[in-house]
Amino acid sequence: MASIKTACYTLPAHWHTLTGNKYFWPVFVLAGLAFCMAVDTFDFVDLYLQLILIYVGINIILTVSLNLINGYMGEFSVGHAGFMAVGAYIASLLTVYVFPPGAVGVFFPLAILAGGIGAALVGFLVAIPSFKTRGDYLAIVTLAFCMIVKSVLENIDAVGGPRGLLGMEKLTTLPWVFFWTALSVWVIRNLVYSNFGRGVLSIREDEIASDLMSVNTRQVKIIAFVVSSFFAGIAGGLFAHALQFINPRMFDILKSTDILIMVYLGGIASISGSILGAVIYTILLEILRPLGIWRMVLMPLMLVLLMIYRPRGIMGMREARLFTPLRDLVTEKLWRQKKKEAPDATD
Amino acid sequence: MAYIFQQALNALQLGSIYALIALGYTMVYGILTMINFAHGDLFMVGAFFCFIIAVYLHLSFIPTLLLSMMGVAFLGVVIERFAYKPLRNAPRVSAIITALGVGLFLENFTLALSPYPKHIPPLLTNVTWTVGSLSLSSLQMIVIVLSLCLMLILDFIVRHTKAGMAMRAISWDKTVVPLMGVSVNKIISLTFAIGTGLGGAAGVMYGLAYPVIDPYMGIMVGWKAFICAVVGGIGNIRGAMIGGFILGGVEIMVAAFLPSTYRDFVAFTLLLILLIVRPYGILGKPHPQKV
Amino acid sequence: MPLIEINKITHRFAGLCAVSDFNLAVLPHELIGIIGPNGAGKTTVFNLITGVYRASEGSIKLEGKELVGLTPHQITSSGIARTFQNIRLFRELSVLDNVRIAHYGQIAYTPAEALLHIGRFHAEEKRITNQAMDLLSIFKLDESANEKAKNLPYGLQRRLEIARALATEPRLLLLDEPAAGMNPNEIIQLMEFIRWIRQTFSVTIILIEHQMRLVMGICERLVVLDFGATIAQGLPSQIQANPKVMEAYLGEEVVL
Repeated sequence: MASIKTACYTLPAHWHTLTGNKYFWPVFVLAGLAFCMAVDTFDFVDLYLQLILIYVGINIILTVSLNLINGYMGEFSVGHAGFMAVGAYIASLLTVYVFPPGAVGVFFPLAILAGGIGAALVGFLVAIPSFKTRGDYLAIVTLAFCMIVKSVLENIDAVGGPRGLLGMEKLTTLPWVFFWTALSVWVIRNLVYSNFGRGVLSIREDEIASDLMSVNTRQVKIIAFVVSSFFAGIAGGLFAHALQFINPRMFDILKSTDILIMVYLGGIASISGSILGAVIYTILLEILRPLGIWRMVLMPLMLVLLMIYRPRGIMGMREARLFTPLRDLVTEKLWRQKKKEAPDATD
Repeated sequence: MAYIFQQALNALQLGSIYALIALGYTMVYGILTMINFAHGDLFMVGAFFCFIIAVYLHLSFIPTLLLSMMGVAFLGVVIERFAYKPLRNAPRVSAIITALGVGLFLENFTLALSPYPKHIPPLLTNVTWTVGSLSLSSLQMIVIVLSLCLMLILDFIVRHTKAGMAMRAISWDKTVVPLMGVSVNKIISLTFAIGTGLGGAAGVMYGLAYPVIDPYMGIMVGWKAFICAVVGGIGNIRGAMIGGFILGGVEIMVAAFLPSTYRDFVAFTLLLILLIVRPYGILGKPHPQKV
Repeated sequence: MPLIEINKITHRFAGLCAVSDFNLAVLPHELIGIIGPNGAGKTTVFNLITGVYRASEGSIKLEGKELVGLTPHQITSSGIARTFQNIRLFRELSVLDNVRIAHYGQIAYTPAEALLHIGRFHAEEKRITNQAMDLLSIFKLDESANEKAKNLPYGLQRRLEIARALATEPRLLLLDEPAAGMNPNEIIQLMEFIRWIRQTFSVTIILIEHQMRLVMGICERLVVLDFGATIAQGLPSQIQANPKVMEAYLGEEVVL
């Protein structure tokens, strides 16, 4: 084939003036991390507030990672709590029984990572039925998976059975939560803005057409499930070491429902939406705490009203500019510029 | 032998309750292709209605059953009208999330009003007949026979009445039916009324069989009934009945021969295997995508 | 040597023979038309070639390489692309992304590089974006690169579908009723357009069409299907004179 010849353009020197936000994220992340460390060392923020911030971070990880499956890929997974459970148990078992008691703090990131990897392996298994099953039936598969995880954990006495597991030190600190949250958002954004991520989107739009346009749909599904469950496992590990106590009932279908609500509140297929959804939901629940049980009546009512008046959630299918990689904002402009300078550069 | 027969009766009892709930899921799905996740909680509301009527109005069994069914059916229609109808043209997941929200609302609202588990007073005197080594409880018989009757009535309505024909027509093609002079809204309301009414009946019977009720009892039973609907082939009414009896049977048999904590594990593993072998349920038909 | 050699493929749906004993050998750079009444099995042939269905019997060879049993994306990556009878774009995605997705088979970076945006990732993304933009500008779609595909007018959606198919760098292009919904004037333009695509991208083309004007105008050879069976094959002039073909089309409007 007379291939479409392309000139490989180099970035012009003034490339950041085109966008203006080249330094935003590095600065934001470093500042945030520094702030969290300061809070952690000097304790000038109320402990209760710190705990809420920790939960906000964990919920962001859960929401962004579930959005990959439910929003970007358009499936309806209700098993996210199951992956979370896997991560929570693996990480807790490691810090409680395996790592030397004196140096647990040093090994903590390893434990969290191991939890994520364990959850990712399980996610790989769940991806296999998704090759052939879609929609409501895949929802059932994930539901059954979640129930099975809970049931298995309840039946293993070594991990405490229905009573659960305790003895974890409070290792989940604000800096760690910030670090893992930033990492998960960054990695999932990276995935979404790559051709694998476009493959994920194309499966949502039209799986057969996607396959016929050379997308290896199985590979894409595996990547999506593995990445999503990896971060759910990370969140689980952090959750276990924030609460210092876990039991199988914490990771049942209600937990999954919580995450689902945050995803659809924020809006599908949007990272900024997921962050907003997690932040708003977590903080709102805290603000309404004085209402007692009635806040649990009020929250679902608000959700129903939101769905009726904004069925796509706050940011459904839209993305804040800040979360779009610079290259995606620039390449087209560069291409146009080059085209203007040398109209014959192509073909 | 007698033990097995006894367990078979228990399985029939649990299965018929599952089947009644599963019918509600499947009927709504057939017409709106929407999963009404609040359905399990409507079942719970049915049990609470039964409690209120029995304790405060002192009615006997049949009026209690009918009133509870009517109450839940009314609630179902109201929920459809105010929460689901505005979303008929919205993305499908919005409706599902709304349903989850409605379910949470029902659970927590009931919890707010009644923080402690309630005990339903015995509405029927339970007679136990002993045949050889076998003991038959009248309560169990009533639950089984009544559920079967309700299912037969439903099957008749769907197959042989005008409204039932309209229901089947809508599940076949939603755009053409209004052109035939059928009011889609009325039929949808009717479907919700019947489906949730059956769920309410299941709530009452569950209350008879297992008298301690709490606001969260609908979650697990609801999800399991949903699984029954899927196992049978979602959207298929007879499939939902079959699915209910299968799950009831499996659960009781597991509990009979293994430690009862294995019940959910075995039930869900079987479900996974079944879905791998028959991805569209027992009576469901695959919908090949046209290219 | 033929580019693609289809040998006696047969496909049954639940006992019904959708396509039986279909044979076709296409030389490089040829332009072949498949015609036939509705339900004759034309689209099924495309589905068999592209792997959407697996042929019950027979073989399909692309330059000697067997395609039966491969998955659609493997077949697409080995050089066959298609469009659809009823447009199947990724409607909620941008025009540019629609084309970039079609580069999936050619990207050189691994998932790990994509997750961390390291290694070959940036160079590759730049390459496929520029290629996609070039392709879009050839098809005069570059102005709407950031539009959602569903917002394009019908004619442009058809054009985008062809552009997306070409982005997979095919040697064989299958067009399923490209003239559907076009008026006679547009059909004349489309004929020019198809010839031009074959020239510019040096692809071999097989097209399914109902519009006889188009088929007779540009195809070098025709295959006529009826109820899954091949009833005639040959030059357009031969086909026009074939009594069996006239019979098959009896009752259908024949626009010659």
